[in-house]
Amino acid sequence: MRWVLTLYRSTIGKKVIMAVTGLIGVGFVLAHMVGNLQVFIGADKLNSYGAMLHGPLNELVWAQRVVLIGAVLLHVLMAWQLTRLSKAARPVAYGRKVPQVSTLASRTMRWGGVLLLVFIVLHILHFTAEKFDPAGWAGRLDAAGHRDTYGNIVASFHIWWVALFYIVAMAFLGLHLFHGAWSSVRTLGFAKPSPNPLHRQVALAVAVIVWLGFTLVPLGVVVGLVK
Amino acid sequence: MRLTLQVWRQPGPASAGEFVRYDAPDITEHMSFLEMLDVVNDRLIREGKEPIAFDHDCREGICGACGMMINGVAHGPSKGTATCQLHMRSFSDGDEIWIEPWRATAFPVVRDLVVNRSALDRIIASGGFISAPTGAAQDGNAIPIAKQDADESMDAAACIGCGACVAACPNGSASLFTGAKITHLGLLPQGQPERYRRALKMVAQMDLEHFGSCTLFGECQEACPKDISIDVISRMNRDFLVAAVKEREERSVAGAG
Ligand code: FES
Repeated sequence: MRWVLTLYRSTIGKKVIMAVTGLIGVGFVLAHMVGNLQVFIGADKLNSYGAMLHGPLNELVWAQRVVLIGAVLLHVLMAWQLTRLSKAARPVAYGRKVPQVSTLASRTMRWGGVLLLVFIVLHILHFTAEKFDPAGWAGRLDAAGHRDTYGNIVASFHIWWVALFYIVAMAFLGLHLFHGAWSSVRTLGFAKPSPNPLHRQVALAVAVIVWLGFTLVPLGVVVGLVK
Repeated sequence: MRLTLQVWRQPGPASAGEFVRYDAPDITEHMSFLEMLDVVNDRLIREGKEPIAFDHDCREGICGACGMMINGVAHGPSKGTATCQLHMRSFSDGDEIWIEPWRATAFPVVRDLVVNRSALDRIIASGGFISAPTGAAQDGNAIPIAKQDADESMDAAACIGCGACVAACPNGSASLFTGAKITHLGLLPQGQPERYRRALKMVAQMDLEHFGSCTLFGECQEACPKDISIDVISRMNRDFLVAAVKEREERSVAGAG
């Protein structure tokens, strides 16, 4: 098991931890997004899906939460350590520095990541714990006696700043994935030599799908498609 | 053409530096960038002032001695060339040019535009070699090497160790440099016995020298005068991972002894 220590102590090992935990996150957001899209089928479908997760699948959901929380904590810890190392590697800034090929996505990984962390906490408080309750919907049940997440979604996204916060956060999630889904594979050393290594069709597809899939929900409420 | 230069001047490693403005009224587009600096220095010397210190040697893009940040771009605006291969025709009359040394903790400024790049030498010394005892030279083609491997290895071997990758990287990472050497040797049969030990040692040394970590901005491959691809970083990571997980170090040390 000495290899764990070898990894943890090296910058490449820390990046590998970020890549693996990041890919776990990619898998999760894809699944979460598919679950969300049931909003467009209707209130019953979404609320009974929620009831199924909290009922018969409860243990499974908890196991997945433990993995996810662990992944997020490791991801953030490694990001913090590596950022400090990188700052220390160039304490004196250039008078002039013009980025040549780095993408907006790659340059917003750190601050965008901080925003996403804040978003994750608020989002869990909003729809899972119902402690952050801008619409006053906590504890409400639908006709079938299920938690009325659908009603909460509609009421919450009718509040302009809630909708805006979600839409902006999802734009950053898309950017984060556009760089992360591509760079994690390279960090892990899976990438085959390529004539244009900065190309990333798969990551682009993942980023666009996730961004659209999540943004459609608040947008659907705002334009009145979901009511 | 007439240019205005803003050059970083710093008398010594410990002293504070600053940008100093120079007029360069008598530059032709046929000069190389270093010749342009020579002309400026000539006048500085005639005026009894300290000339601008900068590193250079071959002036044909093969030694890796030259290198400076030119208008915020490592080795200046022309791609796939070192500073010495940059011609003044890349600039226009009246331009203002900002010239700075490479900036990294691992590259302390010695004077003006000269930085100490010994950290790269120490990375090489930690494992960037083949220590198999050699006799007479092999016969040509005695060891067949796949074309693909030979090509990739030679592309990586083109590294001249100028440090532009570190300079251009927002993280100050030496991953392209270290990856190039690991790729160059790790793809050839002669490099196999020490392949995994090399990856462990060189990566450890790279970390010790206070280089930053790679976040795949891609700036290094754009800055590289030899167009080395970030593919070498993937290969370094793969070799390092395999080495770390299999703890190959002891085995290859034992094997070598
Ligand atoms: S002086 Fe040798 S590479 Fe530029």
